[in-house]
Amino acid sequence: MADLGRAALVTAFLLLAYASVAGTAAAWHRRRRLAESAQNALLAAFGATAVATVVLLVALGRHDFSFSYVADHTSRELPLGYTLTAFWGGQEGSLLLWLFVLCAYSVLAVLTARRAGRETLAWVVPTLGFVGTFFAFMLTFVASPFASQVAPADGAGLNPSLQNPYMAIHPPMLYLGYVGLTVPFAFAMGALLARRTDERWIVATRRWTLAAWAFLGVGQLLGAHWAYVEIGWGGYYAWDPVENAALMPWLAATAFLHSVMIQEKRGMLKVWNVLLVVLAFCLSLFGTFLTRSGIIQSIHSFTQSSIGPWFLGFICLVTAASLTLVFLRLPLLRAQTRLESLVSREATFLYNNLLLVALALTILWGVVYPLLSEAVTGEASTVSKPYYNFFLHTFGLPLLLLMGIGPLVAWRRASLRALGRTFLWPLGAAVAGGIALLLAGAGSSRVGVIAYTFSIFVLASIALEFARGTSARRALGGVGWAGAFSSLIARNRRRYGGYVVHAAVVLLAIGIAGSSAYQTVREQRLHPGDEMTVAGNRLVFRGFQTTNESNHRAIRANVDVYHGGEYLGRYRPGKNQYFAEDQVSNEVSIRHDLLTGGDLFLIADQVNGDGSVDLKALQKPLVNLIWLAGLVFIGGSLITLWPDAREERRLAERYEGATVRA
Amino acid sequence: MSVALLAGALLAIAAVVLVAVPFLREPVAADDHLIQPDAAEQRRLALAEERDRALAALKELEFDHRTGKVSDDDYRELVGVLRRRAAETLRAVG
Repeated sequence: MADLGRAALVTAFLLLAYASVAGTAAAWHRRRRLAESAQNALLAAFGATAVATVVLLVALGRHDFSFSYVADHTSRELPLGYTLTAFWGGQEGSLLLWLFVLCAYSVLAVLTARRAGRETLAWVVPTLGFVGTFFAFMLTFVASPFASQVAPADGAGLNPSLQNPYMAIHPPMLYLGYVGLTVPFAFAMGALLARRTDERWIVATRRWTLAAWAFLGVGQLLGAHWAYVEIGWGGYYAWDPVENAALMPWLAATAFLHSVMIQEKRGMLKVWNVLLVVLAFCLSLFGTFLTRSGIIQSIHSFTQSSIGPWFLGFICLVTAASLTLVFLRLPLLRAQTRLESLVSREATFLYNNLLLVALALTILWGVVYPLLSEAVTGEASTVSKPYYNFFLHTFGLPLLLLMGIGPLVAWRRASLRALGRTFLWPLGAAVAGGIALLLAGAGSSRVGVIAYTFSIFVLASIALEFARGTSARRALGGVGWAGAFSSLIARNRRRYGGYVVHAAVVLLAIGIAGSSAYQTVREQRLHPGDEMTVAGNRLVFRGFQTTNESNHRAIRANVDVYHGGEYLGRYRPGKNQYFAEDQVSNEVSIRHDLLTGGDLFLIADQVNGDGSVDLKALQKPLVNLIWLAGLVFIGGSLITLWPDAREERRLAERYEGATVRA
Repeated sequence: MSVALLAGALLAIAAVVLVAVPFLREPVAADDHLIQPDAAEQRRLALAEERDRALAALKELEFDHRTGKVSDDDYRELVGVLRRRAAETLRAVG
């Protein structure tokens, strides 16, 4: 079986190398059959990668420990679900997932990109092939998942923190996002190489970019929830370099999704947009490099490995080649119009872009600085939470405010009178809300009050946008309020889906501010019968309970929770001792209060030999709004992604005419 | 030869055939050039993009005016310019 996997990877490598070389020759010399052949090579590479993927899945399912990868990441006692998700639990498997998703995306993007234009598509194929060749090379020659050995009696097992249902969905979501950013990158490079800097590459990749961005966003929220329920430290985001690695391309892609609208509407920011696409793609490669190179100590870095230098070389090559190409094509990327006013919708988009990129780059510096410092001075240094929090507040709060300002400002320019009229209600709501918060005692955190006040402003401006839009649409023709509302969204899905995503970001901001700025933490050693209080909750420790599961021993501290005189239930934080892995994991217990959106979070920090427990209890107000934000984010993303028949007809009229004539 | 190696060889052969299909289907092509839009077609496309941009701008302005984001004075000043531009691009596209 391992031979078949190896053969499939070698075949995929050769096919992708052919797609990049033959594709380049075809585009350069304008040879039709060679271009079709290169395109077919991408299709065949997808088939070969699919075979390799199936081989590894079968080996995992059969506990075939003659595969080193299977022996290193699973054991006989590991439940089947986790055994299969161990596919992406290690370096080699996750690289194979990268390649598989890339090949699938490449085939779909190339087959459905009829509007990109043939000359651009001819260059897109070798670009996708080039990226694929690198990953196939790594899998074939540097980090093969099909290395074989004499099968041991049992495997080493899977890292306990990966034995969580989120393991099934968080990494694939992130990879769909990371890899998805290759598509807009390839089309942007294809357009530059073909000297076609019109809007076709943007139109062809609009949905791909949105989908990749949405996957990356959802993947990060799933990761945050996983950390919250599994890692057992009471938080959901620790500014871990690998968490940052997923956040940076998402921020760059967010900036691109906004600035590309200015290019579409005003013909401006062409250079900026191409640079953002390059930045997002390079950051996604950097993210994979950080996760898989073992260069940093992180919860996500499962191994030290030899792939680091290769990755670094590839990132440098891609960055240098892309920037050179952008430089060479600068004359073709001139703006068609100029910014008319600094108080306009496009200006707010520009400010939002500057803040998003500044935030992404400061996070990048925070990630890179310890590596550079260690390389130069030989001493490891760390960039900790205060650094990131400072820049999150510096750039994040103005970004939050801009989300409320942007929708209220007209395109091109806005007069003071019009601004006064549109800002009146949101500003009034925000000021009233801010004063109410201060009176309610929220002033203990200045950042918290500012975040809440800005959030009220944004929510009010979004509500006003929907209300005024619906009213205007209703005034146009004899439809009721519901008809006008649905017609409003259907006629401009990107705008109103975007507002829903903004509402999700506001919920996120409220959840983060509430659960971090206003949380209560108590720690105490408790013997059976002892009690402690946290935020009005009385916690009584009733002793331990131990059970043996298939692959671990579960020790749980029984804690009864009371509020006032009311019994709220028994909660069981504890620890799992994994046999094969010889590791211990923290198992937290959480009481969700859906009415207030807060959580009571219990951690059995230390299980002591004398029957006592070191119990840590955190009261986290509004934390569940973060997870609610995820659902709203998905809803908003789906609205923006949903096909728009009117827009399709318009684009068909614009582009299909060109293709037919061509 | 093991079954796995045989399957690997079959996979490679299938891949080679798929890659060769364009040449097997047309061993001698009458025209093997990758057809590209000529200068006139490029211009038509650029004008079509400009026309759509002008029409979208006009629509945005109308909507922003109706929802109170654009004052009457600004509207009167901008609408003429945008209408003229839209008319010009419509004429140019033909």
